[in-house]
Amino acid sequence: MALLDVQDLSVTFSRRGQRTVHAVDGVSFTVDAGEVVGLVGESGCGKSVTSLALMGLLPRQRGVHVGGSASFDGTDLLKLDPRSMRDVRGRDVAMIFQDPLSSLNPVVPIGIQVTEVLVRHRDMSRDAARKEAAELLDRVGIPDPRRRLKEYPHQLSGGMRQRALIAMAVACRPRLLIADEPTTALDVTIQAQILELLKELVRDSGTALIMITHDLGVVAGMCDTINVLYAGRVVETARRKELFAGRRHPYTVGLLRSIPRLDAGRGEKLTPIRGSVRDVLPWTEGCAFAPRCDRRVDACVGEPPAMTPTHTGHEFRCVNPFPLVQPEEARA
Amino acid sequence: MTLAPGKKKEKLDRLAELSAVHDDERGVSLWREAMRRLRRNPAAIVGAVILAAFVLVAVIGPFLVPYEPTDTIGVREKVVSSGHGIIPGPSADHWLGYDHQGRDEFSRMVVGARQTLIVGIVSTLIGLTIGVLIGGVAGAAAGLGGRWGRLVDNVLMRIVDMMLSLPSLLLAVSVAALLGPSLVTVMIAVGMVSVPVFARLLRGAMIAQANRDYVLAASSLGVRKSKIAISHIVPNSLAPVIVQATLTLATAIIEVAALSFLGLGNPDSAVPEWGLMLADAQKYLDVRPGLAIYPAVGIIITALGFTLLGEAMREALDPKLRR
Amino acid sequence: MTLPATDVGTTRAGATDALVEVRDLKVHFPITTGVLFDRVVGHVKAVDGVDLTVPRGQTYGLVGESGCGKSTLGRAILQLTPPTAGEVRFDGMELTRLSAGKMRGLRRRMQMIFQDPMSSLDPRQNVESILTEGLAAHGIGAGRSERRDIINRTLDAVGLPHWALSRYPHEFSGGQRQRIGIARALVLGPELIVADEPVSALDVSIQAQVINLLDELQEELGLTYLVIAHDLAVVRHISDVVGVMYLGALVEEAPSDRLYREPLHPYTRALMSAVPVPDPDLEDRRERILLAGDLPSPANPPSGCRFHTRCPWAQPTRCADERPVLRDVGGTKVACHWAEQIASGELRPHEVRVELVRPGDEGEAPSIVSAPSEPGTYV
Repeated sequence: MALLDVQDLSVTFSRRGQRTVHAVDGVSFTVDAGEVVGLVGESGCGKSVTSLALMGLLPRQRGVHVGGSASFDGTDLLKLDPRSMRDVRGRDVAMIFQDPLSSLNPVVPIGIQVTEVLVRHRDMSRDAARKEAAELLDRVGIPDPRRRLKEYPHQLSGGMRQRALIAMAVACRPRLLIADEPTTALDVTIQAQILELLKELVRDSGTALIMITHDLGVVAGMCDTINVLYAGRVVETARRKELFAGRRHPYTVGLLRSIPRLDAGRGEKLTPIRGSVRDVLPWTEGCAFAPRCDRRVDACVGEPPAMTPTHTGHEFRCVNPFPLVQPEEARA
Repeated sequence: MTLAPGKKKEKLDRLAELSAVHDDERGVSLWREAMRRLRRNPAAIVGAVILAAFVLVAVIGPFLVPYEPTDTIGVREKVVSSGHGIIPGPSADHWLGYDHQGRDEFSRMVVGARQTLIVGIVSTLIGLTIGVLIGGVAGAAAGLGGRWGRLVDNVLMRIVDMMLSLPSLLLAVSVAALLGPSLVTVMIAVGMVSVPVFARLLRGAMIAQANRDYVLAASSLGVRKSKIAISHIVPNSLAPVIVQATLTLATAIIEVAALSFLGLGNPDSAVPEWGLMLADAQKYLDVRPGLAIYPAVGIIITALGFTLLGEAMREALDPKLRR
Repeated sequence: MTLPATDVGTTRAGATDALVEVRDLKVHFPITTGVLFDRVVGHVKAVDGVDLTVPRGQTYGLVGESGCGKSTLGRAILQLTPPTAGEVRFDGMELTRLSAGKMRGLRRRMQMIFQDPMSSLDPRQNVESILTEGLAAHGIGAGRSERRDIINRTLDAVGLPHWALSRYPHEFSGGQRQRIGIARALVLGPELIVADEPVSALDVSIQAQVINLLDELQEELGLTYLVIAHDLAVVRHISDVVGVMYLGALVEEAPSDRLYREPLHPYTRALMSAVPVPDPDLEDRRERILLAGDLPSPANPPSGCRFHTRCPWAQPTRCADERPVLRDVGGTKVACHWAEQIASGELRPHEVRVELVRPGDEGEAPSIVSAPSEPGTYV
């Protein structure tokens, strides 16, 4: 059984006098123990809202509606009351955010912030927790961890802050780690360090990881399974190599064709996707991607496309997908 | 249910069209967008209604009042004798009764509204004008002026700091002592108190705007610095100042009332003004508490109106809340 | 009335086809304290001695990580940030010594495209007003209708509909806003365009639209670009020549294909190996050079070669005390004492002691961490 089974997750925001926004519109995916799952998409595809919903971090107020289910080891995360959710958060499921500076408390030394987590969730004594905290900082590659414990977030560089945040997230050996654009705010060389660290942690501890990113290169390097999101729904899901070699959905293909690659020649034309992410059709009216799609046919409008399964587990939500190509051709 | 193929196509085209913007409608500027948001905010509407009523009373009220506000009619008719504590309350002829000098309280409230409005607006305008001048020069100097600009900014802001460090009441009393007690004194005093607020606000906003890329873009186009300051930086920095001015109107009315209450205002108490009326009423609080309550309620409601509208404007103009 | 800008252009120096020549350019920002009077306590050496040449009609790509000074360099070339020392020659004219008025006139010929299309457009101006501003500043176009013509032609060139004119920036999507920014630069008919991170704020699917647009405009109008970006893949895609910056100076400069095939400087190698590629097979095969630690503070740069504190190939001699100059090694310019030995494999990478870098800076006691891997395939 999957560690996390998200079924038909939906999040809507409605405000008085404004149109209801379907931020997440029926997302389903599973995460097995120890698996690295990627959620890829552009801004507004619902990837970040999905993670916030799973962590119970969406504001509990009128106008925010969360539907569907997210069964984590048998318990539905979406149905938990705030108190039990707080217990789960940090202990079983932890999260790493894009901006480490705003997710660390600026007036508390990082040592205390890490110890706090250990004392709260692992019932450690202060002394033991402090020792463990130093070990954690050491493990995430922060030099001279004992001294760093006394320092404040603003005294560390961006990369070191992200390491400290990762130390806090893995402090309780969670079974699931959610990383929301963990390297977007960092430089490439620092990004490489952090991705390497995450890979190492996942490999060593068997923690499952949901990697949320807009960067197809990042998922290509580290995810076992990849879900491509568009307008709040998963439009294609496959094992890593299969997705890149045998991509079927026009959106996935469009994304891959539109990014400049380091290994492509100068002046090689890119094929952009036309329009912008604003040009969507509501899923109830057909395929949300239809207004921007080059392979659009009549069947795209009228009713929402369903996921087409294949025997390899590769699924895509398209009535006129790209024909299956042999892996060799795809690379050419 | 499925649609006919032709219809589907039509529908898709229509949807694609809907998601695009049309060329017949005009662009929506930020001010218009803010107005639109303001209209949807109940607090703004309540505030606007209060203020509209207040302004209406202040403007046309004095022409409609049943009695001259300075006419000591009650004393003449021997129904009021403040010395003996006889001040009749509301009646059919005098809706709010008489004041301590036998004048019609309702007429005085209505005419007082005009005074109060003028005093509030004039004192705010004094503060706004001087504050915007100082803040604008300092902000432009700090944002664009280089080394000399920083010096100008430093000198101006230290002056403002000195003004800020004086307690407002002390400042008002000193101005009154210098110019003698009068309504003009009170307005100048109240205006001077808000100068540092406007100056700092505008300067801060301008420095923030001066670091934005569009300012760099304008200078890379070859636009003169003075023109950049006037056509880009100032207009984009005014929103918080305008909000502050609305809020200051509320406090100005209260402060004017307070200074009048302390006797720094118009010595000729024949001209009604809510703060002055409140001050006069304190001697007769035990006989006729209403004399204090009417102007007090008037001040509170008006201040509330300005505050509600000001806060709503702050929300409407906040760039973070823009869609 | 037309400004003398175009006439000045005829005083072209010699017949070199270099549009921009930068010689030993330095931009140092003073760090000041003091209440009423500024007291200088140090300098941030954002750009510290850069030489580069942008050939007419070509694209020079400047790549580097945040804090390397690439944006400052771009602004200093356009004289938007006054250089501390050095020369910038535009079409043979020395810009650093021009009067403010002369420089303003010249701005018509050199324009800029910004990273964040939202913050680089004045939210209170509609598109027509944005595009007219430059025309008005240079007195181009006699009346409203003539200016309308120029503006409409520019809108066509960048692929924006004419009804955009009466609209405000917040009514457009990110990609369209960037087109407005490009139109603003183009409307003056410039020869040089400095594009500072032109696509990094845009969605992936939109980036390609803008990159293609820049390519097409260059072809049609014969523009010269200086593209500044942190994304090596983007820079490589649109540039003829790529310069790699580290801590205020160029460490390597080569034709884009050559740089990709054969990076010589250790920093370039590390940078390239760090860029994720959307190809799982390639990702699995390639080996990464993980740099240890962070970028040192430009207020207090390391002695000698600025990269020696993080360089896996750093040698005990020369690296720490002799600043390498950009020199030609088989067609590539590289600032490394040991470039040949590293390329031939004679020198092997080793562990690096991490020096902790403070955001504010002052440097810290070093301690040992991570080890970089063997040199591998540089994808």
